[in-house]
Amino acid sequence: MDGIHDMGGMHGFGKIEREENEPLFHADWEARAFGLSLQAADGIGFVDDHLRANIERIPAAKYLRSSYYELWMQSLESIAIEKGVLTQQEIEARIATLSEGGRAEGGSDLSLDEMDEAIAGGASTKRPDVVVAAGFKSGDKVRVKNDHPRHHTRATRYCRGRLGEVIADHGVFVFPDSNSEWQGENPEHCYTVMFAAEELWGEAGTQGDSVTVDLWESYLEHG
Amino acid sequence: MASHKHNEPESDMALRVKAIEQLLSEKGLVDPTGIDRLIELYETRVGPHNGARVVAKAWTDPDYRARLLENGTDAIAELDVSGIQGENMVVVENTQNVHNVVVCTLCSCYPWPVLGLPPRWYKSPPYRSRVVREPRTVLEEFGVEVPSDVEVRVWDSSAEIRYMVLPSQPEGSKGKSEEELAEMVTRDGMIGVATV
Repeated sequence: MDGIHDMGGMHGFGKIEREENEPLFHADWEARAFGLSLQAADGIGFVDDHLRANIERIPAAKYLRSSYYELWMQSLESIAIEKGVLTQQEIEARIATLSEGGRAEGGSDLSLDEMDEAIAGGASTKRPDVVVAAGFKSGDKVRVKNDHPRHHTRATRYCRGRLGEVIADHGVFVFPDSNSEWQGENPEHCYTVMFAAEELWGEAGTQGDSVTVDLWESYLEHG
Repeated sequence: MASHKHNEPESDMALRVKAIEQLLSEKGLVDPTGIDRLIELYETRVGPHNGARVVAKAWTDPDYRARLLENGTDAIAELDVSGIQGENMVVVENTQNVHNVVVCTLCSCYPWPVLGLPPRWYKSPPYRSRVVREPRTVLEEFGVEVPSDVEVRVWDSSAEIRYMVLPSQPEGSKGKSEEELAEMVTRDGMIGVATV
């Protein structure tokens, strides 16, 4: 999807603003939104591909007005509704109850060590047991296809149509373009492709500098 | 968890998050105390101090450094560091010839187990848009001057590989203990926007 999220190389966003002594979360609700999103992914049954795809569907102007965790929450809400777990009406009704001071509590207890153990394995999207042929190898010259799908994809706009070199084959990973659409994992090889800065940016690129992008098999053709 | 701004009336976002948490909890899909523990974990145990231990060990132990550059995930796990957003780690080394810097232009992918949760600037449109296109200007703004004969290599974390930079060891720090060296390593050094 050629959305506002795909901002590598764009002009006009201004200076990088750094915050002195930045807190981990800027409000309590950000901390809750963080933990809630991780838990809900397991509970509802979605992965980052879905979270990202739903963030990307947020209209551009709203996307730019929203903070990081606001984007997460908008995405979580739309996934929960899409999966039939929540309805917009019950969310709005609960907000109305809460703003009048209502409160619900619940849940089991879980120690910090137990949680530490629970997340230690992570949730890799690598599929080492799936055997898929690799169409490319390190050293191959490749061109990124000039595709502009309407759905979620991870081929950044700035590298499409550009010529690069494969510098690593990371093995077989879930393919986000189909997985984000609930069309199956369809795992395939994922490669790191290195592009010369001048190939990407013309005269604005510094000779000798480079940018690497991690790209799935389907995004590439022999260069 | 740490307390934040408790005296302000609840914002629209705070109410919205609370409503969704309650509803999902009532349906048995999330566990509020699990959310408490997750927040606490990232506020206490997960953070750049983990990455700093990895870097310090790599500086003092050449065999470990070789393992780290060969298979980042496994070498980092040797120090009991692993988990979400660090399942497939690649560590890239700054040398006399290459200066590495990490970004995610599409969202804000970041190696949580070694660096914690990303700072706002890393997630912001200015950093994400600019660092792939004008990395030397961005690095100068962060106070890093990369000589013209050194390659700047920007790693855009566009898939599920997560990157961490192994900074060059500072002059004059040889002979220090791993603990002392770990104290010198900064988060920004491991993103590649600072030298150590």
